[in-house]
Amino acid sequence: MTTATSALGTRFARGGALLRAREVGIGVVLLLVFGVTTLHNHNFATASSVQQLLSGAALIAMLGVGETLVIVTRNVDLSVGSIVGLSAYIVGDLFKDHPGAPVILGFVVGIAVGAVIGAVNGFVTAALRVPSLVVTLAMLYIIRGLDGLIVNGVIITASNVPNAFIAIGFRTIAGIPWLAIIAFAVVVIVGYAMRSFRSGRDLYAIGSNPEAAALAGVPVGRRVFTAFVISGSLAGLAGALFLALHAEVDVTAGTGYELLVVAAVVVGGVAIFGGSGTVVGAALGALLLNTINQALVASRVSAFWNEAIAGALLLLAIAFDRWLSLRVVRGLRSAEGAHRDL
Amino acid sequence: MTSEPAIHAPQKREYAGTDTTRRPWWRRALRWETGLVVVLIATVIFGSAQSSDFLNSTTGFYIGLNMGEIAIMALPLTLIVITGEIDLSVASMLGLSGAVMGQLYSEGWPIALAMVAALVVGALGGALNGVLVARLGLPSIAVTIGTLTLFRGLAEIILGARTITGFPTSLTDIGVVPVPGTQLSYSTVIFIVLAIIFGVVLHATGAGRAIVATGLAPEAAQFAGIRVKRIKFTLFVLSGVMCALAGILFTLKNASVSYDAGTGLELNVVAIVLFGGVSIFGGRGTIIGVVLSVIIFGTLLQVLTQMQVQPEVQNIIIGGLLLVSVILPNGAEAVRRLRARLRTGPHLAWGSRSQRPVSSSDSSLKTTEEKR
Repeated sequence: MTTATSALGTRFARGGALLRAREVGIGVVLLLVFGVTTLHNHNFATASSVQQLLSGAALIAMLGVGETLVIVTRNVDLSVGSIVGLSAYIVGDLFKDHPGAPVILGFVVGIAVGAVIGAVNGFVTAALRVPSLVVTLAMLYIIRGLDGLIVNGVIITASNVPNAFIAIGFRTIAGIPWLAIIAFAVVVIVGYAMRSFRSGRDLYAIGSNPEAAALAGVPVGRRVFTAFVISGSLAGLAGALFLALHAEVDVTAGTGYELLVVAAVVVGGVAIFGGSGTVVGAALGALLLNTINQALVASRVSAFWNEAIAGALLLLAIAFDRWLSLRVVRGLRSAEGAHRDL
Repeated sequence: MTSEPAIHAPQKREYAGTDTTRRPWWRRALRWETGLVVVLIATVIFGSAQSSDFLNSTTGFYIGLNMGEIAIMALPLTLIVITGEIDLSVASMLGLSGAVMGQLYSEGWPIALAMVAALVVGALGGALNGVLVARLGLPSIAVTIGTLTLFRGLAEIILGARTITGFPTSLTDIGVVPVPGTQLSYSTVIFIVLAIIFGVVLHATGAGRAIVATGLAPEAAQFAGIRVKRIKFTLFVLSGVMCALAGILFTLKNASVSYDAGTGLELNVVAIVLFGGVSIFGGRGTIIGVVLSVIIFGTLLQVLTQMQVQPEVQNIIIGGLLLVSVILPNGAEAVRRLRARLRTGPHLAWGSRSQRPVSSSDSSLKTTEEKR
């Protein structure tokens, strides 16, 4: 091992380069989809269209950030869609019963609802050591059932929600929608914590090897619990923002989001078996999926084709991401030499 | 004297661990399945206490009619989950194969040929999942979320907003009449036959052992000469074909098909497989457990429907049952751990520092061994 190759090797070997390459890959696909669509329909690149893209992706991106925290620890949270629905309805109900309630209270209540459910998910998963996929699948049903009981056929409409709250759903600052700014702030804060905080690094350690992490003194249970609470809280926040964005909530709000979020996160390069991936990637994945959906609409593809093409593109994105990461690994191997291969 | 229990405690557990792995599969499985049988009996007693009509042969017919397709899809999913993978595209494949069959029949194809075409589509869809997961090595949870969307989208392209009806009444009768001489629906009989075949293959053949080995330790299985990729590929194709069969039955039962047939059923199928005691991490699970799980879900839903319980409450009960079913065994384990820690805790505190890493590395070895 000469100094030159080892320096190059370690520089590349630090997961960061690899992860960055993955995010670059998503960025390339994103630009490609955007460019091709704009060629077909010039209106796709207008400010209002891009604003729509960002607002639509913001909710899924926010859920994706929480989901990333959980998936990185080798768990999964399938209850986020149901949390969005429950939180959106409870916040809407709050404003309906108390029209004068301050806007901020809506967010506090939404986040609290999510945090409580996240704590239940986290407690059962971490303390009782039950596989999170089963726990959160069960919670998906339970919360959806509770939601149905609370809604009981009464739909929240725009007239029930204060204008100041709905404004958050469509207002912009310097052309950027509020929703996108909030999602961006969440990505930056959580992204920084995941990259630089000890607790954030612990999550990666847990996902890479839970037993080793425990032996190294990482409080595995507490970290996993926290990851679920944050994921739940962000889903609760997303629920409040769902109300602001759509100004209308019925029992189906957020249905099916769980699979959408997992798809976005995986497309964003987060390993489904834990240990690697970034919230930036997850947010980009959400943006990519939403761009693809909007691109299909903008290309005036028959509405019947939307779902099939979205599915095919999702598969392509997963395969492309895989190809890219394999290429990076091959590049590392040739740079480091065969003797370090094993 | 004081350090003795601390040293012996983990050893005792180690023996217990090896003991469990050496027991025959049916004895190890028995504990979980016994629990399921108890739950089933409780459900039936509860149901017959609610209504005197419950213990009636038609109840069995309707349970089978409602659960048949879900039950058929649960069988191949059981094997897939045991290999450590998952297939979330099952309900979309049900919809797609139904759409293909309906479309071809409406174009004048003979119904038998339309059914064969539906099965072929199932095999092709399964092969797509299989190639992406087994050959390209992509994570199955992501791949099958993609094909969930793709298959449903294809069904939408084929049928659009149309609903196909007018299937031959001799076939759609399976939605109203039981198999002659029995009180069972056709889908129930098909399920029973398939369950026996799946059970024998999984628990009594080399292929079944290979499936379990794949789930327990894919790399070790590979080195032992098991064709891990081929097994996974075959199982996904099998899953596609079974879901197509479920799609055919679903279409005939309802005597109509639209592109959104069976939307969202994938979560029910997954819930049933997991409630049946199949480990989501792979390597553990029995067909008997899944069959019991199917019967429990079907009976419970029938009871709740007869009691006119709101569907929301039914959701809560299904979720609660699933949650309790995983918490109970793991919760008992957690309590045991806690007790062991309380027992060994003082000794560790009094013992010298050098003992602690030794005992903890011991326990880590034990866990890796147990996993394998």
